Amino acid sequence: MRFELTPRATVSPVARTLAPVAAFVTAFLIAGFVIWLMGRSPIAAFDVYVLQPLSDPWSLQELLVKATPLALIAIGLSYCFRANLWNIGAEGQYVMGAVLGGWLALRTHGTDAGFWVLPLMLLLGIVGGALYGLIPAFLKTRFNVNEILTSLMLVYVAQLTLDYLVRGPWRDPQGFNFPQSVTFDPAATLPPIVEAGRVHYGFVFAVIAVLVTAVVLGRTLFGYRLKLTGDAPRAARFAGFSSKVTALSVFAISGGLAGLAGISEVSGQIGQLQPSISPGYGFTAITVAFLGRLHPVGILIAALVVALTFIGGESAQILLKLPLDLTQAFQGILLLCVLAADALVSYRIRLVARGGGK
Amino acid sequence: MTTFEAILLTIVTASTPLLIAALGELVTERSGVLNLGVEGMMAMGAACSFAAAVSFDSTLLGVLAGVLAGAMMAALFALVVLGFAANQVGSGLALTIFGLGLSGLVGAPFVGARRDPIPPIDIPGLSDIPYVGRLFFEQDLFVYVSFALTILIALYLTRTRSGLTLRSIGENHTSANALGLPVLRTRFLAILFGGACAGLAGAYLALVYTRFWSPGMTAGRGWIALALVVFAAWRPGWLLIGAYIFGAATVLQLHAQAAQFGVPSQMLSAVPYLATIIALLLLSLRHGRAIGAPGSLGAPFVPDR
Amino acid sequence: MFSRKVFGALAGVAVAALSATGAMAQAKDKVKVGFIYVGPVGDHGWSYQHDQGRQAIEKAFPGKVTTTFVESVPEADSERAIEQLARTGHDLIFTTSFGFMEPTLKVAKKYPNIKFEHATGFKRAPNLSTYAAKFHEGRYIIGQIAGKMTKSNTIGYVGAFPIPEVVAGINAFYLGAKSVNPNVKIKIVFANTWYDPAKEGDAAKALLDQGVDMLAQHTDSPAPIQAAEARGKFGFGQASDMERFAPKAQLTAIVDNWSDYYVARVKAVLDGTWKSEDTWGGLNANMVVMTPYKNMPDDVKKLAEETEAAIKSGKLNPFKCPIIGQDGKEIECKGNGVLSDQQVLGMNFYVQGIEDKIPQ
Repeated sequence: MRFELTPRATVSPVARTLAPVAAFVTAFLIAGFVIWLMGRSPIAAFDVYVLQPLSDPWSLQELLVKATPLALIAIGLSYCFRANLWNIGAEGQYVMGAVLGGWLALRTHGTDAGFWVLPLMLLLGIVGGALYGLIPAFLKTRFNVNEILTSLMLVYVAQLTLDYLVRGPWRDPQGFNFPQSVTFDPAATLPPIVEAGRVHYGFVFAVIAVLVTAVVLGRTLFGYRLKLTGDAPRAARFAGFSSKVTALSVFAISGGLAGLAGISEVSGQIGQLQPSISPGYGFTAITVAFLGRLHPVGILIAALVVALTFIGGESAQILLKLPLDLTQAFQGILLLCVLAADALVSYRIRLVARGGGK
Repeated sequence: MTTFEAILLTIVTASTPLLIAALGELVTERSGVLNLGVEGMMAMGAACSFAAAVSFDSTLLGVLAGVLAGAMMAALFALVVLGFAANQVGSGLALTIFGLGLSGLVGAPFVGARRDPIPPIDIPGLSDIPYVGRLFFEQDLFVYVSFALTILIALYLTRTRSGLTLRSIGENHTSANALGLPVLRTRFLAILFGGACAGLAGAYLALVYTRFWSPGMTAGRGWIALALVVFAAWRPGWLLIGAYIFGAATVLQLHAQAAQFGVPSQMLSAVPYLATIIALLLLSLRHGRAIGAPGSLGAPFVPDR
Repeated sequence: MFSRKVFGALAGVAVAALSATGAMAQAKDKVKVGFIYVGPVGDHGWSYQHDQGRQAIEKAFPGKVTTTFVESVPEADSERAIEQLARTGHDLIFTTSFGFMEPTLKVAKKYPNIKFEHATGFKRAPNLSTYAAKFHEGRYIIGQIAGKMTKSNTIGYVGAFPIPEVVAGINAFYLGAKSVNPNVKIKIVFANTWYDPAKEGDAAKALLDQGVDMLAQHTDSPAPIQAAEARGKFGFGQASDMERFAPKAQLTAIVDNWSDYYVARVKAVLDGTWKSEDTWGGLNANMVVMTPYKNMPDDVKKLAEETEAAIKSGKLNPFKCPIIGQDGKEIECKGNGVLSDQQVLGMNFYVQGIEDKIPQ
């Protein structure tokens, strides 16, 4: 018995839209079955995981908080992935953005530096992430070093750098030698959109990034160039597009957005530098980028969905005492289902008995 | 045992799981499939091997369960990337997330249990050779298996017909298909082999390295294994060297601390990662071109008709 | 009893705590208690021990308490998880890692009627207590054991990170060893992780390779002591009793015992006597417990038991002045003949005799 794939001549837009929905239903059915095997009620689980968070203003707000860095980073990654460049190191670029931006916050701490601190911090965040992202891009274009490896290795280096800084030179002198910096001044704090709310302006940046990306990909030469580089590299070369310039620019963009996410989180959410400033956003964002099928709006939706699984996962631990591992396993299954469903849209798949054709 | 021998021994234990997992991934990638799920398969290998070893009080059954678990995870991956021609990077990532979660569920009942050490296998006579004797000839079975696997895979890829088929499919699946080579079947088996090796590496971690199970105990070793394959330019011999360089850097940075050089420990901890990048850079400088990546790596295969 | 008010310096917070205590007194029939763990409950170390405490509460008040926990909560993203507990009817919430300090404080301000307790931090509020344990007391005892038993006169220490708690532990361990063996030397390795069994094991092996025959650890997995067992050397359990993992090597273990404290705090909520306070308990308060001394000669065992009793009765303090720093100068003595609690909690220096430098 074997699979046989035939590309579909035309792909109906309805099928393309319905595919992720079908994937969701499948993933939920699988998860429900597992929960049933564990002797719990799948319906109660669905209620706690999905319905309750979506029907409560508080958790809706938390959804945006959690989705913000994921969307920002994933949008950036979509540039790389579209050009078939595998930036696995967004986590490191996030950290370096936070480090460079945070440096300014610490330098201006206690001075009456004015309104310019915050914009400059954000800019430094972007620059820090972009420069760090350019390292693997440079090594790739200049020396042909594989970017998957270098970008990943640089994540560990970035984390250790931050660790060194907050335990050493940047430690709060009044903080009883605990490994954390001073708390940022108000001038260095990214304010919430709504007074006393939890959603900071990072979310606005994410929405802007989505809109700009939609325009860039759909309406500009650069967008066309990315698509061509990814789909038909040889044709792109014939068209006169330098693959080096493409590689450098997409890594700079994705690093910059990851850096922006980093400084936004540190300045808007955490309020200081500490050894751990990310629960793995840079890695989760890779999932988000694929879940959103590299499409800007899709990514925004995917970021919200992934945020929902995190929040639902916490609720499930509290209300149903379901283990965290179950949530993680579910995230994996969900992504597999979405990817598989995508393929189902593009190909006709048949199971044939062995021996039938090649 | 001299200090020198002792340090070498520690390096061997640190390098072996990396080597085993990376060898499996190397074969998978040589067939043209990129499986980023090594970490997840390894985690499942660790959890299932430990669960089985404790439940049946048998190390052998534990190892088998680990290998089987890795292969099962790989089969799931194969279904999605071969059966549905789904994106390999995304699917591999999903497999890692899934495997880490599932391994937590499998292993939870076995927290706090422990296994006795596996006695090393002493090859009499040879193990008495000074310096290298105990290093090479008094190890646990896994170490021998890792060396044997390296040699066998190298021979398989270069000296056998089937290995040649696998490589040509990895280089260019379209022409391989035109030549009548079984693309999907070869890739399916290569993916399964990769999973089995990752499972074996996980079993090594749980049954030899630590001898207990804990959530997330793979701690990123699957990713290192993936990086090593690239580092080795898809060659088994280089992989052996790469795994040992990384293992040595990991262990030696700890020794550097104990020897009180006064360098920040974070800087020393970063050494293995930086060393890998620099070594890779030097390699590329010498060759001056893209080295060794199979031509069809990562691309889904859909036969034209 | 518990030593309180560790941080007099944070007077503002402490005063606020005292003034608000009256308002909180209200007895309850039923209490819902929530826990936030930084690691998985299965880590067999830090989070595992807190979870043992949670289970002890359930046993102590059958029918009166329900407990909940959220595990593996990343410190950078913990505010939501804490608030989720606050929103789901929990009366008392324990957040059990230093990194939860700011988020706990924020949530505590938002929910003034809910009681919070944060482990190992120093910021308090009228409804936010802090608590920690004097693990360094236990480390002084194991230092003495190691100093007596070492044959190579070289003892080793696997630390997680060079934070004050770990540094204080190293100093206490070394001072203990030196008090019985003036020639003893210490080697220190930081694994830069709290929990990566394989790497902790490697760190332990590196120390053993360099001639260490007594191994103390301040990382959470049993891997280091297991490495000592495999080499026929000795070690000390950390956080939980690790005898099962190293029956021949474990001389004793320093157990984090949160059960008594948690039960007492829940009882206070039930009785309506809960107050915001700072608790820093050691051997005496039963927050730090030594497992039976084993695998050692009788005279060493006797010494350890005597030291334990002396620390409990307050006769002995590991950080009794004069404490000499690495530069040979005496550390200013801010406590009453001993280093003040604050000096110990913020400890950022090695004592004379330790040749290593604190990495920073």
